[in-house]
Amino acid sequence: MNTEVATTRTITYRQALNETLRAELERDDKVFLIGEEIGVFEGSYKITAGLLEDFGPDRVIDAPIAEEGFVGAALGAAMLGMRPVVEIMTINFSLIAIDQIVNHAAKMRSMFAGQVSIPLVIRMPGGGGQQLAATHSQNLEVWYAHIPGLKVVAPSTPADAKALLTAAIRDDDPVIFLENLSLYSAKGEVSNDEQVAEIGKAAVVKTGTDLTIVSYSRGTTTALEVARQLETEGLSIEVVDLRSLRPLDRDTICASVKKTGHAVVFEDDWLSYGIGAEISATIGEGVFDFLDAPVRRVAAAEVPLPYAKSLEKAALPSAADLARVVREVLNISSTPNDK
Amino acid sequence: MPDVIMPRLSDTMEEGELSRWMKQVGDEIHKGDVLAEIETDKATMDLEAFDNGILEQLLVVAGALVPIGAPVARIGDGSNIVAEGAAPAAPAAPAAPAAAAPVAVAAAATPTVIPPADTPTPATPTAAQTGELRTSPLARKIGREHGIDLHTVAGTGPQGRITRTDVDRAILAQEAAASAVPTAPRAAAPAAAAPVAAAPAAVSADSVSVPVSRIRAVTARRLTESQAVPHFFLTNVVNVERLVAFRADVNESLAALGTKISLNDLFVRASAVALRAHPEVNASWGDGVILRHDHVNVGVAVATDDGLLVPVVTDADQKSLGAIATETRALAGLARTGSLSLAQMSGGTFTISNLGMFGIDSFTAVLNPPEAGILAIGAATDVPAVRDGVLVTIPTVKITLTVDHRVLDGAVAAAFLRDLTILLEEPLRIVL
Repeated sequence: MNTEVATTRTITYRQALNETLRAELERDDKVFLIGEEIGVFEGSYKITAGLLEDFGPDRVIDAPIAEEGFVGAALGAAMLGMRPVVEIMTINFSLIAIDQIVNHAAKMRSMFAGQVSIPLVIRMPGGGGQQLAATHSQNLEVWYAHIPGLKVVAPSTPADAKALLTAAIRDDDPVIFLENLSLYSAKGEVSNDEQVAEIGKAAVVKTGTDLTIVSYSRGTTTALEVARQLETEGLSIEVVDLRSLRPLDRDTICASVKKTGHAVVFEDDWLSYGIGAEISATIGEGVFDFLDAPVRRVAAAEVPLPYAKSLEKAALPSAADLARVVREVLNISSTPNDK
Repeated sequence: MPDVIMPRLSDTMEEGELSRWMKQVGDEIHKGDVLAEIETDKATMDLEAFDNGILEQLLVVAGALVPIGAPVARIGDGSNIVAEGAAPAAPAAPAAPAAAAPVAVAAAATPTVIPPADTPTPATPTAAQTGELRTSPLARKIGREHGIDLHTVAGTGPQGRITRTDVDRAILAQEAAASAVPTAPRAAAPAAAAPVAAAPAAVSADSVSVPVSRIRAVTARRLTESQAVPHFFLTNVVNVERLVAFRADVNESLAALGTKISLNDLFVRASAVALRAHPEVNASWGDGVILRHDHVNVGVAVATDDGLLVPVVTDADQKSLGAIATETRALAGLARTGSLSLAQMSGGTFTISNLGMFGIDSFTAVLNPPEAGILAIGAATDVPAVRDGVLVTIPTVKITLTVDHRVLDGAVAAAFLRDLTILLEEPLRIVL
C-alpha cells in the first residue's frame, strides 16, 4: 500500500525466527509448535518467547523429554495434514530421534508411492564455542545432508532465517532447519514484508575475483570477516553462502570457482567426510579445468570438542586458520599476525 | 655404497628419461657395464656403471623422468638388496607424508586443516628440475588454448607448480617475441609454411590434446627460442634441368657400386661448397660476437614419427657426393629408429630442409639456432620457357634462405644465394 515507508528493520536472528513462527502460526492454523520447554519456559534459547501466551497450549506444545516420541508425534500429524514445527533443543539430542527422521520422515513419501507428504520442520541449533563440552557442541549437519528425502537448510543471517523458515514451513517435505548457537544474537536487516526463500539456492554474499570461500551458517560470518580483512591487503575474495546443504546449489559454487580458479571451504564440522569433502568433489567434477590450485578445507579438529576454553577455541576453525589457508592457496606468504 | 646418478649427457639436457633397465636387482655389475638406456632431449644413450659390485636397488622405474644428478640405482656388495617392487615410482620427489587427515587424539589443539600433499617441501624447483610437470588444471587449459608448451614454463607455485600466473607470463613473452619479428627484406611473397612451427590450434570442444614426445618438446622450445632471432628470407628459382640430368648420369655410373645419389645430396654438397666460398654465412651469433666456423657441417632435417631431428654431415665440403649420399642415408635411418648419437646431431653450421617430396612449391624454414642460415627446398616444377623460338618446359626448384640478420645483411646473404644458384645450375662445379 504505502511503498514509501522503510521496509526493513535491524533485528536479531533470534527475533527473526520468533517473528516468523508467529507469522506462520497466524497465517495457517495447521501450523503448530512442539518441543521441550518451548511453552512456559519459552524455549532454551527463547525462540518461542510469547507464543504460548498468544496461541495457547494446543498450538505451542510442551513435550516430555522424549525426542523420538515427539518427533514421531509430529510426523504422524504431518501425515494427516498438519504443519508441525518441532524444536529439538540441540542437534545433539536429535540422535535420539534419528530413526523417526531418517527411516520414517525421509522415506514415507517414496515408500507410500506419493500418497502422503510430510510437511514437517525440525529446528535444531548446533555449533561449538559455548563450553558445552563434547556431547553438546557438535555439528552433525552432514548426517542429515546425506539423506535423500530430507531438505537441510542452514541460514547465516536474520534475513535468511526468516525467508528460509517461512519456506521450510510451507514446504511439503521434511526440512531440517539448522540454527547456530553463536548466531542467535547476530543482528541484520530484515524485510518487513513476507519473504519466502527458494530452498536449494546458495547466495554469493560478497563478490571477488581471486578466490572463493564456500561456507554456511556461522562459517559464512567468519568468511566475510576474513574476506574483508584480506581485501585491505589487495585480495579479492568471493564468499558463497550455501544456505541449503540439501539440495546443494552446485551451479552457484561452480560458477564462482570458474571465475576465481581457487576455492577454500570453511566448515564447522569435522573434516573427514564433511561438508567440505562434498563441496571439494563438486568443484573437482564441475570445474576441474578452471582450478589453479587444489581445493582446501578448513574444518574442526578431529577430536571430541574439549570443554576447557583454551582447548575448545584451539580446536574450532578460526578466522586466522581460514586467512592462512587462503594465503597458502594463493601462494602468498603469510603475515606474522596470522599465527 | 655408491649411487648411480643421472649423468649430464648433453649441454641442453635438464633431465633424462630412464627408458629401459638393462640389469636387474641382484645382477653382478662390472665397471663399464650398461645399466640402462637413457633418452635425453636429443638421443638415446647408454648409462654405464662406474663401479663393480652387485646391483642392489633400482630407485626409479623404467620410463621415469629423472633430473641430472638424481640417484637412479644403488650398487653395493649385495648385502642390501631391495626388491624391485619397493622401487619408488616418483624419482626425486621426497617421500610425501601421507595426506590423510590427522586423526590422532593428541592433536586436539589443532583445527584440522589438511595440508595438500605438496606443502611439506619448502623448495620450489622448476618442473624441468624435478622431472615432473606440475601444473594446475587451469594452467593446462590456458596453455592449450594459447599453444604454450608447459615444459618451457617455469612454475612459481608450491613445489614448482605451474599456475595461471606463470602461463600468463609465458603468453606475454610469446606475444613479445612474435611482435619482434623484423620487417626484413623479403624477396619472396610471404610464405606461411614453416616446416615444423606449430601454430596454436583453435581449441574447440572436440579438440583432443596429444601428449608430446621429448623430441617434440625440445623442438618446440628451440623453435620458440629462434622466434626471438631477427631474421629475413630470400627466395630464388633454380633451373634444375642440368642438375637432374647430372644426377641421372652420376647414378648411372654409380649403379655398379650399388649407390645412388638424391637431389638432396646434390643440395647438401652444393651448399657446402658455397659455404666454403662464403665463410661469412658459415657462422653463428655468439652473444656479442660473430663466430665463423672452420668446418662446414651441414645438417639435414629428417622427419621421424616422434618429431624433427637434424643429423649433421660433417665437413660436407670435403666429402664426395657418394660419401655424402651414403652418410646421409645412414644418418636418416638412425634418426628414424631413434638411435642417433649426440655427436651425430651436434656441430651443425647450416641446415637444409627439403619438403620437395611432398610437392611443396616453396616454404620458409625456421632457423635452427645458433646457425645463421637454413635453406628450404621446394619441389621440382616444370615451367614453360621459350628456347630457340620453341616453347619448352624446364624443371625448376624454388629455394628459400632464412637468415639470422644479426649475423648477415641482405646483400651478403643474397650473394651466397646467387652463387649457390649458379652451382646448382652448373652442377659440374659442385664436384670441382
